Amino acid sequence: MPGIAAYGVYLPRLRIPRKLIAGAMGWLSGGKKPGRGERTACNWDEDSLTMGLEAIRDALPDYASRRDVRSLVLASTTLPFADRSNATLVASALDLPDSVLAADVGGSQRAGTTALAQAFTQRAASGPDGRIVVAAADRRLARPGSEQELAYGHGAAAMVVGADDGLARCIGARHLAADFVDHHRLAGETFDYTLEERWTREAGWFTQVPPVVRELLTTSEVPSSSIRHFIVPADGAIGKRLATLCGIAEDRLTDPMTDLCGLTGCGHSMLMLAAVLEKAAPGDLILLVGFGQGVDALLLQATDRIGTVRPRRGVAASLRARHEETDYTRFLAHCGILQVETGMRAERDARTAQPALWRKHAEVTALTGGRCERCGTVQFPRSRVCVAPECRATDTQLPHLLAENTGRIKTFTEDWLAFTARPPLVYGNIAFADGGNAFIEFADFDPGEAQVDAAVRFVFRLKDIDRLRGFRRYFWKAAPLGDA
Amino acid sequence: MASGIRDKVVIIGMGCSQFGERWDCGPDDLMIEAFTEALGDAGLERDDLEAGWLGVFYDEQSVSKSALALSMALRLPQIPVTRVENLCATGTEALRGAAYAVASGACDIALAMGVEKLKDTGFGGLPERTKGSFEDLWQPGFTPPGAFAQLAAAYAAKHRLPMADLKRAMAHVSVKSHANAVHSPKAHLRRPVTEAQVLEAPMIAWPLGVLDCCGVSDGAACAIVTTPERARALGRRDAVAIKALQLVASNGYELSHQGWDGAHTPTTRAAAQRAYAEAGITDPRRELSSIEVHDCFSITELVLMEDLGLSDEGRAAFDILDGRFDLDGATPCQTDGGLKCFGHPVGASGLRMAYEIYNQLLGRAGGRQVAGASLGLTHNLGGIPNRNVASVSVLGLRSL
Repeated sequence: MPGIAAYGVYLPRLRIPRKLIAGAMGWLSGGKKPGRGERTACNWDEDSLTMGLEAIRDALPDYASRRDVRSLVLASTTLPFADRSNATLVASALDLPDSVLAADVGGSQRAGTTALAQAFTQRAASGPDGRIVVAAADRRLARPGSEQELAYGHGAAAMVVGADDGLARCIGARHLAADFVDHHRLAGETFDYTLEERWTREAGWFTQVPPVVRELLTTSEVPSSSIRHFIVPADGAIGKRLATLCGIAEDRLTDPMTDLCGLTGCGHSMLMLAAVLEKAAPGDLILLVGFGQGVDALLLQATDRIGTVRPRRGVAASLRARHEETDYTRFLAHCGILQVETGMRAERDARTAQPALWRKHAEVTALTGGRCERCGTVQFPRSRVCVAPECRATDTQLPHLLAENTGRIKTFTEDWLAFTARPPLVYGNIAFADGGNAFIEFADFDPGEAQVDAAVRFVFRLKDIDRLRGFRRYFWKAAPLGDA
Repeated sequence: MASGIRDKVVIIGMGCSQFGERWDCGPDDLMIEAFTEALGDAGLERDDLEAGWLGVFYDEQSVSKSALALSMALRLPQIPVTRVENLCATGTEALRGAAYAVASGACDIALAMGVEKLKDTGFGGLPERTKGSFEDLWQPGFTPPGAFAQLAAAYAAKHRLPMADLKRAMAHVSVKSHANAVHSPKAHLRRPVTEAQVLEAPMIAWPLGVLDCCGVSDGAACAIVTTPERARALGRRDAVAIKALQLVASNGYELSHQGWDGAHTPTTRAAAQRAYAEAGITDPRRELSSIEVHDCFSITELVLMEDLGLSDEGRAAFDILDGRFDLDGATPCQTDGGLKCFGHPVGASGLRMAYEIYNQLLGRAGGRQVAGASLGLTHNLGGIPNRNVASVSVLGLRSL
């Protein structure tokens, strides 16, 4: 029976306290209570593609663990490219085998659970080899002052589906397709159009979910009382009522983490599933729901191996790795909602020479350096002639992947003159643990946070936005190593 | 072993435009201003020139790519003219071309012109430019101050110097150059500043404040070079001779190899060693009367004192605070205000430095004259610490 072999998550480190939003936008809602806690938000250089990629890295932290990935699905309703395979770029950055079947899926808040269900089906139907990675990520934007602005968060989760039971096996799944339009967003639009919450709850969640759950439990011969973890990716009040309707005790509900990160979109069910997998006991039954133009219900059971494979960071540590955003307007600017002055330096042409990018895609997309076979020197970028002064041999370098290497800050600056969406632009020289030096931009360092000799890891981020041609280019940046 | 260029070429005329924000001048105006002075200084006619070299860096901004800007602006007499570009060493590269042409015997009299029109961007600082199709894909969107600020972070860490102490030494670099520029009529910035003003200036790229950064200026400078024999035939008895012209380009070591500590410029060290050998200098601290180095930022000048062998490793900050490089110090540095205050029109800077040494050697430096000047050095560092072109030239008095 197919099961979950590994899992990972990603939450951007920026957190927007809801009272920060209320302080700025409360005038619009007549002082209505903003709700507790905080929500996650992407830094300017993060999007669904980079978050999905990080969630996969969390699940598969080393290159060896990625060797038998046969299929990669990236689920999102907010992928940066409509016509350029986002999943293929992710696969390339992760150095997955180039025979991987990579696909983007979207279209609904159910995209994540649907892709996961498809992965179980596909895995069950095919031979014993290879694993399927399902990542789901969303960076949904919301109008200032809207309910969604408070409710939404940004985040991603990834599940690796293997041929055997793994950490949790899939017992069954049931689905409902229903063109129930509680909200919608046309292709190319920025914001959701959202209908009355009461209708969504009553006619949607409470009417559509219980029959699907009952059918799944019946056919699986699992009594509702034996469900140990009930995952409802919605506000806690919806979960409570739904539990009652499904005959599941309230204390079996998984925390939707709305106070901690907000509802992170089509990956939220999998994010909650990851939190469950972090603490589940062998034999625990897990009921997972996805909702959006219908219902997905998946029934999983933790195996004896639960706990033997853990993500690099996981949910609890990702929630802890927070950095409070103190400027509401900066959050809006990162979302592209507030047009701020960028200065003439922002006019520098960020045209991408696509033939050069293709020629050098290993170096740029997968952070591939070279290791000289003759003298052993690791260098970035890989070059025809070895950079070691005592060697300088030609065509002796083997590809040497550096993205999963750690590094040390040799030099840095906080540049207030250079253009960046979040001044200052922090960049410098990094010494890789394996050897070699790179002069690159940093990510997630605010002023005063970088220090010479500090340890860093590398993250795949947006580097430049070419507004003239509608292109975004990505590269690896040095980020705080943190508690990883 | 090559015999080198020592004493084979002399400078018989130099000119330099007023540096600054020359809103009403284009590059042709600036070149004519410098050229008119140089031609008068040399006592030659325009038609005596046999070849020309034009140094300009930001071709997008100034005069386009070819050498035609020089030959057309000056209406040169149907002679070969070559445009050269080697980052901030461009002006020195133009002088190198002209000097080599004369030394080879290809011509007797050659012109080296450097010019840059920076203030047509509409914003402060240097113009933005791309770095090429590959490096744009991965290198930081850096600015020059940010790229050079790296030296400070690395230097402080390497020598365990508290940043506050390093900042004070850097401030002294700027205070000294501003003090010198007061006596430098063609300099862009001629107002003295205090250490406190430098330390409290707005941050540009940590730890560099705005007064750690050189001026962004328009300007042109040029030299007319010939053989010692021709100079004598023109009635000269003493002349400023080129004693050494060395240039080293990074080979990627600083960018890609972990061996580089980020706190020094290997190219300058190699170029200086060769230049000292070519010029026959064994003790630069004693022999050099004055120097003009590439003080694009205060930290650059500080690091260069060690790279040029004028301070011991880790001692530059202390030597600077001791006044060793002040106008009345052992080795006066940036006597004309340097890039910091005279200004930095990129393509002109190497020749502007030569212009100052030339005037010092000929005793024409007015209120900033170094007594008994007999040997001077110019240094450029083009590019950024991670990859650059370093040039070192030595000029000295020679009797013909």
